[in-house]
Amino acid sequence: MNVERLRTGQAVGATGPKPKRARAAGARAFRNGRRSVMNRLMPVLLGLCASVSIITSVGIVYTLVSETIFFFRDVPIVEFLTGTRWSPLFEPKSFGILPLLAGTLLITVIACAVAMPVGLASAIYLSEYAPRRMRNVVKPILEVLAGVPTIVYGYFALSFMTPIVRAIFPETGIFNALSAGIVVGIMIIPMVTSLSEDAMNAVPKSLRDGAYALGATRFESALKIVLPAALSGIVASFVLAFSRAVGETMIVTVAAGATPNLTVNPLESIQTMTAYIVQVSLGDTQRGSIEYGSIFAVGTALFVITLLLNLLAQYVAGKFREEY
Amino acid sequence: MDLLRSANREQIARRRKIDFCLHLLFAAATSVGVVALCALLIDILIDGIGRLRPELFEHFPSRRADRAGMKSAIVGSMYMLGIMLPISFMLGVGAAIWLEEYAGRGRLTRLIRLNIRTLAGVPSIVYGILGLTLFVRMLMLQRSLLAGAFTMTILVLPIIIVAAQEALRAVPKSRREAAYALGANKWQTVSRAVLPSALPGILTGVILAMSRAIGETAPLIMIGALTYVAFLPKSVLDPFTVMPIQIFNWMSRPQPEFHELAAAGILVLLALLLLMNFAAILLRNKYSKQI
Repeated sequence: MNVERLRTGQAVGATGPKPKRARAAGARAFRNGRRSVMNRLMPVLLGLCASVSIITSVGIVYTLVSETIFFFRDVPIVEFLTGTRWSPLFEPKSFGILPLLAGTLLITVIACAVAMPVGLASAIYLSEYAPRRMRNVVKPILEVLAGVPTIVYGYFALSFMTPIVRAIFPETGIFNALSAGIVVGIMIIPMVTSLSEDAMNAVPKSLRDGAYALGATRFESALKIVLPAALSGIVASFVLAFSRAVGETMIVTVAAGATPNLTVNPLESIQTMTAYIVQVSLGDTQRGSIEYGSIFAVGTALFVITLLLNLLAQYVAGKFREEY
Repeated sequence: MDLLRSANREQIARRRKIDFCLHLLFAAATSVGVVALCALLIDILIDGIGRLRPELFEHFPSRRADRAGMKSAIVGSMYMLGIMLPISFMLGVGAAIWLEEYAGRGRLTRLIRLNIRTLAGVPSIVYGILGLTLFVRMLMLQRSLLAGAFTMTILVLPIIIVAAQEALRAVPKSRREAAYALGANKWQTVSRAVLPSALPGILTGVILAMSRAIGETAPLIMIGALTYVAFLPKSVLDPFTVMPIQIFNWMSRPQPEFHELAAAGILVLLALLLLMNFAAILLRNKYSKQI
């Protein structure tokens, strides 16, 4: 049967036997007419729904770029990218994004140092070692962990992690990069685990069986057979987690402080790009002022960084995927 | 020969020992997530359980911790979800149907797919910047419920689209062919044969998207959802506040009483999220049994 022809809407009604009575014919024609109107109208409406995503992207880029251009009339782009002092709210004003970038990077590095080893090890455990029943318990728990709102993690960082950090390093302030970074790391563990585990699950069982048949232990098969085969997916999960940590907002706003510091000391208070945007929008900033423009400039930097990371993750996942 | 055999046996024993040790290490790493979740819940329970009183639900925010509640925040969150739900459902499912059932394999489709995947990775605060410019300023919705709901709709749309796409893809081809064989046209097939059997999967995705929206703070701070709202919004153009913002507000105050209030607010939020997650899991279990 020619399904394609049916799909285009020339269904049975159009080719079927002619009705005996005119009224029935009219009713059927009306029904068929309505049917074919719906059939023609819906793809257009649905296409419009899909175009919302394109409009969103265009909107994001347009808003960021148009306001950022205004900002760069007041602040030279070179000063913005290479300046080492960020003090937009106090005189003398200075707009060098490096301190914010350094703060973001510090948080992200701490978070990844927590999340990548733990996440990968959990993925190996869940896909190579854990019995089925164990997986069925642990995976939903990780999903719950992934669904906890970031403001809740922020509270956790401030009321649980910070006292622990301060007990170990007494000179630490209330707001510090370390406890915020650790909690951001906890937040992205489920992401690393579930994406890496997906990648490792996609490795065919026959490869493992081959390794076992040659006398490999589970660890040897995991390390030498499964891990290399799933590497693209694992690396992609790392990059995505990194990007997620860069864009994380509430934990760092609550726990990392609001002092743009060009430092690598995790015990100091810092400010990330996201936290700066929140800080400005909490205050009464006049539209058109230079502070107002600065949140768009910082937002653009944030958007570009996360976009590049996301594209990198997709490239890695697609390019180096092993096909079986 | 014996020497070789015993050396071999030693080697095997050593490899087994390594395997055993790493087994323990991996299991320990897995428990980190579980332990963290428990620590988080216990920490918040201890801080907040004392403030989990009727006043929390009945009172408006106040400068005095004893009289402060989050009524306007709870109602605000519910209103926002109520506005978001139909809009994001229609847009998200519509886009997914178009991508899965109608779109060809051309460059445009590939572009839209890549675009949706990329949008899912955009930090939520960037959506806040978009909402601030587009809805609050350009469409002049001010800092209203509607501006907040629109911003959050755009934020959760990629989640719904991806979930709905997966649900649609899981519908067996035979269902579509059976519908065509009965003389249904394309839209009848999609709306009456494909959509109903994909619906549980789609709803799971929608619930998860809503639970993301209800906990999201940063974009709503951007568009200026007020923190001190001592009234309930009467129309969609009124100012509003939501639970996470009220919690954030309480957290940023120095007095410990307000921190307890924040913890109690978090308990309410988490209970709501747990309920939604539970519903999603129930739906998914029902769904996976069907196919």
